[in-house]
Amino acid sequence: MLDRITNILVVGIGGQGVMTAAEMLARTALNQGYDVKKTEVAGMAQRGGVVSSHIRFGPKVYSPQIDAGDADLLIGFEVAEALRWLPHLRPTGVAMVNTLRIAPPIVSAGLFNYPDDPIGELMATGIEVHAFDAGAIAEELGNAKLVNTIMLGAISDHLPFPAEILKINIVEGFRAYKPKLAEVNAQAFDAGRNAGHIKAPLGAR
Amino acid sequence: MNAVVQAQAESRHLLSGNEAVARAAWEAGVRVAAAYPGTPATEILENIALYPDLYSEWSVNEKVAVEVAIGASLAGSRALAAMKHVGMNVASDAFMTQSLAGVVGGLVIVVADDVGLSSSQNEQDSRYWGRFGHMPILEPADSQEAYEMVKYAFDLSEAYETPVIVRMTTRVCHVKAMVVVEGERIERPVPGFQKNPRRWVMTPANAKPRLPLMHQRDQTLREASEASNLNILSTGSDRRIGFITSGPAFMHVRETFPNAPVLKLGLSHPAPLDKIRSFASQVDTLVVVEETEPLLETEIRAAGLEVHGKDILPRFGELAPSVLRPAIKALLGETHETATRSQAELFPRPPTMCASCPHLGPYFALSHIRNLNIIGDIGCYTLGAGHPWNALDTCISMGASLSMAHGMDKGRGDSDEKKNIVAVIGDSTFLHMGMQGLLNMIYNRGNVTVLLLDNRSVGMTGGQENPGTGEDLHGLPAPRVDFAKLAEALGVRPERIRMVDPYELPTMVKLVREETKMEEPSVIITNRPCSLTDRFERLRAYTVLDDQCTGCGNCIDLGCPAITVARRETVTAKSGKSKELVFAQIDPNTCTGCHMCVETCAPEAIVQPEPQKRVIRIHTHA
Repeated sequence: MLDRITNILVVGIGGQGVMTAAEMLARTALNQGYDVKKTEVAGMAQRGGVVSSHIRFGPKVYSPQIDAGDADLLIGFEVAEALRWLPHLRPTGVAMVNTLRIAPPIVSAGLFNYPDDPIGELMATGIEVHAFDAGAIAEELGNAKLVNTIMLGAISDHLPFPAEILKINIVEGFRAYKPKLAEVNAQAFDAGRNAGHIKAPLGAR
Repeated sequence: MNAVVQAQAESRHLLSGNEAVARAAWEAGVRVAAAYPGTPATEILENIALYPDLYSEWSVNEKVAVEVAIGASLAGSRALAAMKHVGMNVASDAFMTQSLAGVVGGLVIVVADDVGLSSSQNEQDSRYWGRFGHMPILEPADSQEAYEMVKYAFDLSEAYETPVIVRMTTRVCHVKAMVVVEGERIERPVPGFQKNPRRWVMTPANAKPRLPLMHQRDQTLREASEASNLNILSTGSDRRIGFITSGPAFMHVRETFPNAPVLKLGLSHPAPLDKIRSFASQVDTLVVVEETEPLLETEIRAAGLEVHGKDILPRFGELAPSVLRPAIKALLGETHETATRSQAELFPRPPTMCASCPHLGPYFALSHIRNLNIIGDIGCYTLGAGHPWNALDTCISMGASLSMAHGMDKGRGDSDEKKNIVAVIGDSTFLHMGMQGLLNMIYNRGNVTVLLLDNRSVGMTGGQENPGTGEDLHGLPAPRVDFAKLAEALGVRPERIRMVDPYELPTMVKLVREETKMEEPSVIITNRPCSLTDRFERLRAYTVLDDQCTGCGNCIDLGCPAITVARRETVTAKSGKSKELVFAQIDPNTCTGCHMCVETCAPEAIVQPEPQKRVIRIHTHA
């Protein structure tokens, strides 16, 4: 068991499953015997706002919030949100990013701009960034809601416990409550795990 | 895995502070629990409702919730009321006097301060109420403490015959943390109400003798606070600064300065001043770290001790290690290096109304009618103040729209002469505190057009039930108030009570135009359910025929998040003026087929395509 605290930040937009993914990570860490705290501010997130979930686990966790520059892992469910929260990563941290772009109405209305090349901006920081289209993988597997499990699979080799443990927790969770979805989630986890090993090429969109 | 480890694993739960409060209330033998939904406290009652062996309800407002709990307490039952900080203001009339009279069954008020305003109209420190109302305050720092302190709060309440306040904050309510659960529910004998007019009828003659007793109780509670094991001293090797702290601020202190001595106040009011004096003598400098007002700091200073607090720390907002570290380093004369990267310049993501939200129609109407002062209220419809509607002019407190609109009508200035006054309020807010404003307006011969947006839910907090939904906290069928009959009973003329389908935009616009011109009060009631609730029926998505779209942008003015700009073109009209055309598209995954936008489209470019393969949404509004 790791004797220091692991900080994971999961970010995205209300409704994407950020909080569910964070819950899964927190429960798995708890099952591994760690002390865990998980916090998010999502008061109006259901209305298209930003959701950020902080997960901290270790021998003993006090503050639930991850300080700027202290996150070990950043899981971005949307690419501009990954860019927004990047300063929370430590220089040696890893960003796992879904390349999905969701522009809010105020961008559509022409009041603000969505960045042209957010992946490029992420890469330019020199941080280890992995980016892939989780939505495309989910569609191949036939269910867009699998993005959540795909992202967890993608990050699973960067955790202080074996990837298989997170996978078992997710799949068994589905087997208990939605058994029909257990097998496809296992596939989604593996597909995400493969995709997570690919580093984003420079200038990728 | 051996049996002991197994048992330990089973008692370790990942609970939010709100879930921990619910579990504790159940174990403590609470028999009656009441609340009105409000972030961040909503889930307390939602979780209590999962336990079958106690009575729980959504009350119509927080004052009612507290009074329900008071009644149960006088009958000898343990009772709990939960609310957000602004709800405490509403409830205060009830508990300020009950504190004087005292309680029988343990009476606990759990209040959640939305420190940092994640979903509130202001920031308040509810610990003032304990001082104002002579009630002890417990301040849990995380879920485990919320669980333990709520159980203890009932014992404390009964031992001192006082209501007890448990002060939570967003970072306790909504943080999930490990909780070791140890107990089961304990049922207690309920003696029933014992008549005693001198105790329970608070006339001046009966209330006056209670005053010295209440002050005596303050004194004995202070002695209890001195001895309480909730006020814990953690020794530390670095004695340059000793911290006094309470609630989640303790976690940030411990995280940031693991070697500093800390006096953590769990029973923070009345403050254990002797214990604090003794602590002060063991450290060089005393710093109080508390969210949000300098209450402990002021009391400690008044006790004659030199102390730092809000002189070096922020007066408002959430504390965090990143806030504490530089402040303390500066106090110690040390330099602090900030190594964080600068934030990327990015667009904001303000909350928006949902696809097919029944509030879109009324706001489309309001944004197309000139010369209105639009007085708003608390709920999702407050978003009408934002883009693209810009059709809400005030938002203050629950139910304020009708009474403020009435006042604005009576207090018209020169520039308001031609203005019509509109009040916008939702079903739940109307029942919470709005209908008194309508009664007042009718009685005093006011002239306001009321838009009562009945979406059959408490929308902003997640679609909870209320007397207008036809269901109770448990989802069971309940009597449903008839808003039209209610308005009529309050004195609105039946001709001026108009029911309307908010999706029928032409009717919606026409009705608001008509009623605002009337020289008497009107109530326009919309009748479509919140699109995030089970009451909403999702239909096939619409699409924009690109070759038919003329780029007028009318549908975009609706503000539906499913409709976005496909492209813009600048054209030159015959007059020589250049004009920007905005061509629309509809996201098939977000559109729910409500057809509202169809009404905005003159060239009929918005159509419902034939069904194809099933669409699975990426965005589920869970």
